Amino acid sequence: MSPDLLNVLEVILNGLMAGIMYSLVALGFVLIYKASGIFNYAQGVMALFAALTLVGFQTGQVPFAHVINAAFGTKLDTWGPGLPTFLAIILTMGVMVLFAYLLERLVLRHMVNQAPIILFMTTIGLAYFMEGFGDLMWGADVKTMDVGLPSGGSTWLESVTAGWAAEGSNYRGMYIDVLDLWAAGVAIVLVISLTLFSQYTKTGRALRAVADDHQAALTVGISLRTIWIIVWSIAGFVALVAGIMWGAKSGVQFSLSLIALKALPVLILGGFTSIPGAIVGGLIIGVGEKLFEYFIGGMIGGATENWFAYVLALFFLMFRPQGLFGDRIIERV
Amino acid sequence: MTESTQEGRKIGGTLLEVKNITLSFGGVKALTDISFDIKEGEIRAIIGPNGAGKSSMLNVISGFYHPQQGEVWFRGQKRGPMRPYEVARQGIARTFQNIALFKGMSTLDNLMTGRITQMNANLFWQAIWKGPAEREEIAHRERVEHIIDFLGIQAIRKTPVGRLPYGLQKRVELGRALAAEAKLLLLDEPMAGMNLEEKEDMCRFILDVNDEFGTTIALIEHDMGVVMDLSDRVVVLDYGRKLADGTPAEVRSDPEVIKAYLGGAHA
Repeated sequence: MSPDLLNVLEVILNGLMAGIMYSLVALGFVLIYKASGIFNYAQGVMALFAALTLVGFQTGQVPFAHVINAAFGTKLDTWGPGLPTFLAIILTMGVMVLFAYLLERLVLRHMVNQAPIILFMTTIGLAYFMEGFGDLMWGADVKTMDVGLPSGGSTWLESVTAGWAAEGSNYRGMYIDVLDLWAAGVAIVLVISLTLFSQYTKTGRALRAVADDHQAALTVGISLRTIWIIVWSIAGFVALVAGIMWGAKSGVQFSLSLIALKALPVLILGGFTSIPGAIVGGLIIGVGEKLFEYFIGGMIGGATENWFAYVLALFFLMFRPQGLFGDRIIERV
Repeated sequence: MTESTQEGRKIGGTLLEVKNITLSFGGVKALTDISFDIKEGEIRAIIGPNGAGKSSMLNVISGFYHPQQGEVWFRGQKRGPMRPYEVARQGIARTFQNIALFKGMSTLDNLMTGRITQMNANLFWQAIWKGPAEREEIAHRERVEHIIDFLGIQAIRKTPVGRLPYGLQKRVELGRALAAEAKLLLLDEPMAGMNLEEKEDMCRFILDVNDEFGTTIALIEHDMGVVMDLSDRVVVLDYGRKLADGTPAEVRSDPEVIKAYLGGAHA
């Protein structure tokens, strides 16, 4: 094979990896949208918050240290060496469940039967609140996330592919980040387990039932409130996974919450109501933007990855507004 | 005070009683001072012209509406204000006039969801799908298959119900209500919009359910022939008031009822 072709393959492979990272965020949106019809603008901030909390537990930070120090003149910083990663993840999940519970109690309960736009605005408010709350609780400095996942180039792939190029060419093999491979594995496991859970368990069936028809769900004895708490908890769990992966890749900092915006074109492509759609949409965006940058980016000054996804989404909106896998929008007259 | 009917069915004591129910939406009174009872094991019909308050009555019983005045007594206990899902967990299942199924889910899943009040395995066991959760799924699956058999809908077990014709959807909805194994089954116009053959099928199912499972049934129906054939007792509503209450024969000969149905002067 010629080195050029191998380069393209490498670009595609890296695109797929990036796409899976987008899918991870998009997945959280789809879960909540399906169950409650709410577009959760706060999904990205939830990922940031989960990552902050996880790092906080891991490093033994005292929550609200800044606030306490300012109020009482103390010099609190850490309470100890921190928790082992596994325990920290469990505790963070506990925090996300608590968050889901409080959200239902304090906010969603009062928003029943409101128009979708009101609910959307609510989640915008929620996003800003959580962003500030996260800062207040754990501080605003950039943190590194280390959950023991390996990173750096995959030497295995490099050595395997090095021999693929023709003799004499200076090809050294493909580069792919091991962390990305891990993220891909985690995402696949996550999607499969979520799908199995929703297909074959009582609660999964209840989740689908609520997504399908609220009135009918009430009639068979499903409590909408319980379901909402469960859905937001699962979304919190997906946010935690996304937060870990993105945090490990690029550090835990405010910009993490902006990846939520990248999920938007993914959703427009895949459809807001489809879990496979979120995955495929993410892959298309990931591969698309990398290929575009590789082939055309150079001609027009580069940095196309910042906008390519949105332009692609715009084209999709024109021709297939429901997305690739979304429910067909049929207006009856 | 157990009394037997001619076919040997057992009609027991009072299962549900509504007392002096008054329900209004703003200034519009939907129900005024309605009282009646439903006895265990009977088929009770609620009839009346359009807008008489039949569906409102059913919605009060199933917890979708909360009356301003009056009480609902179920199995000898007064009920506080309840949400629909709590009513369902108490053992009252229902169907809707305009069908409320999970349209994207298969017939089988719809019926399995109907059994949700009977399932107890906690989230942990469900998540790993072993132990109690697995046993429970299998046991409930058996019951559901029995109901599918009973209603003769084997052929559409895996079909998403949104794709089924209207008559079959009605049947699946009945199946889902049956799956709950409720003490009391509320059917809101189970035969509306059906052709003659479908109506006959549905009649047979209702009688069989009552007979085979001993389920108490309260139904709203417009087809007078059906009502007279099926029901043990009939309550007649008109303009939110109770007009008559008694056996089909008594109700049929009631002058007030005749007037309401044949369009006497309502001033």
